[in-house]
Amino acid sequence: MSVQTEGTDTAGEPAVRKAGPPAPPRGETRAAKSPAGRRAAAPYLLLLPALLATVVLLGWPLVKNGILSFQNLNPRQLIQHLTEWNGVDNYKEILSGSDFWHVVARSVVFTAANVVLIMLGGTLIGLLLARLGKKMRLLLLVGIVLAWAMPVIAATTVYQWLFAQRFGVVNWVLDKAGWHSMADYNWFGSQFSTFFVVIVLIVWQSIPFVAINLYAATTTIPRELYEAASLDGAGAWKSFTSVTLPFLRPFLYATTFLEVIWVFKSFAQIFALNEGGPDHLTETLPIYAYVEGVGNQHFGMGAAISFLTILVLLAITSYYLRMVLKQEEDEL
Amino acid sequence: MKRSAFGRIWPNATAVVLFVGFVFPVYWMFATAFKPTGDIITEDPVWFPYHATLDHFKKAVHADHFWTLVANSVIVTVSSVLLSLVIALFAAFALARMRFKGRRGLIVTFMLAQMAPWEVMIIAIYMLVRDNDMLDSLVPLTVFYAMMVLPLTILTLRGYVAAVPKELEESAMVDGCTRFQAFVKVIFPLLAPGLMATSLFGFITAWNEFPLVLILNKDIEKQTLPLWLSQFQTAFGDDWGATMAASSLFALPILILFIFLQRKAVSGLTDGAVKG
Repeated sequence: MSVQTEGTDTAGEPAVRKAGPPAPPRGETRAAKSPAGRRAAAPYLLLLPALLATVVLLGWPLVKNGILSFQNLNPRQLIQHLTEWNGVDNYKEILSGSDFWHVVARSVVFTAANVVLIMLGGTLIGLLLARLGKKMRLLLLVGIVLAWAMPVIAATTVYQWLFAQRFGVVNWVLDKAGWHSMADYNWFGSQFSTFFVVIVLIVWQSIPFVAINLYAATTTIPRELYEAASLDGAGAWKSFTSVTLPFLRPFLYATTFLEVIWVFKSFAQIFALNEGGPDHLTETLPIYAYVEGVGNQHFGMGAAISFLTILVLLAITSYYLRMVLKQEEDEL
Repeated sequence: MKRSAFGRIWPNATAVVLFVGFVFPVYWMFATAFKPTGDIITEDPVWFPYHATLDHFKKAVHADHFWTLVANSVIVTVSSVLLSLVIALFAAFALARMRFKGRRGLIVTFMLAQMAPWEVMIIAIYMLVRDNDMLDSLVPLTVFYAMMVLPLTILTLRGYVAAVPKELEESAMVDGCTRFQAFVKVIFPLLAPGLMATSLFGFITAWNEFPLVLILNKDIEKQTLPLWLSQFQTAFGDDWGATMAASSLFALPILILFIFLQRKAVSGLTDGAVKG
């Protein structure tokens, strides 16, 4: 790689940047010899490793996932290295059963609940950060950065301990607060309470990202806008809705979109806390695909569920995805 | 603008409450790890490790395979971060400084790749790795972790490269440097904070990764810390002291790195550019 760039001489250099898209080299051998051809090839050579990695390590698994989803691949076929095609049977079985649709609905509600809480909490804390004095802001920043930096699996073990049935702090606090039936409550015994712990965990870890970035965004709002608003007789609320909010809107869209993706595909939190239990009741789509595909060793079925999961994710994010892509194309 | 006493107090009060709420789980992890078992298993919680002990840490460290797992985690994390940084540096330079056909398409590709749902691709990856007889090996983990962080690394570094004034590079070339020398001598030092900030993200991702190692490496000798930690509680029964000590040991490098690198990453770039 270095050889290619090294050969580029000083005088001709700016031409590469300013002269629009150069014609792609026609004859590779001749192009490599002439300086102009070498310059034209340089960006592609620089990008080659990244492209190769993306194709082999991301593109290939995606294609492989599609191929597997049309196969009957159970332990027998796996061990004997058999390839048994079964057309769209996997999809038929999945889509006609009620399990899959329950999991889809559960995943959507789960994602929505998390994202609403994260965005509300993150925005409020971000605005609070903007309003605090220097010392208090630093204190709160240190607090949320610690929560943010906490590794997921370490956090899940800590939450298991916080919500432990015996000697867990949460049950102790609830008991002391007068809710005595919670003294020995088993949080991982029911669907709703398990989801409650998972949601507290995810929201706790995700709010810092939103809050810190939102706070950073507020610092870029020009002061003049607020002065103009107050000259026009705007109160605190009015200047918030007419200055702060419009300024933060694109940022809020972007963060919501990212959080939807992150929450929807969250795996470690749910799996490490309770493995999708009790009784498969907290399985969201990624966990469902894993349990069916790997746990029950129906790899073809698992691949089909994975494929459908990606489709659901695309459907949920399509509106925003289209908007971003269009915007990027315009800007680049 | 004058605010009422109430208006001045409530933000600070809320900040303190929030601080406690966010920090408590982290605090409780460390506090529990240092408390003797008698202070952990009590009807009323002991809020501070008055009788601090290292017993739980000893137990965690002396657990079977602990040091193998630490080595595995360190090897996989460091090599995947370095791998993705090197690949990304080339790509970022091309995307930031050169105009060529297909540039937009590539940037969009990396943006999409950044959102790849790895968690639901593990079955296909398992099959690919198995077909190549690479199960129970650190190599697939390393390359896939590198790929997981590659798109964001490219996009972030592209921003850092673009932020280095072109004039610095050009004046170096006027002084007789080739473009490659200009890159090594002028741009690269200015990129150091950018590289640090980007590697922070890579470190966190690779150090924490769980689903892929869960499915690929069944041999305990080839596993990494997150997988071990997720099973620690089951393996040790309800020994919360040891579990929290293990969690603390696992979380500490990231917490330190985060605090250390974040400050460096922010201050470095502006200093360098002005002085340069």
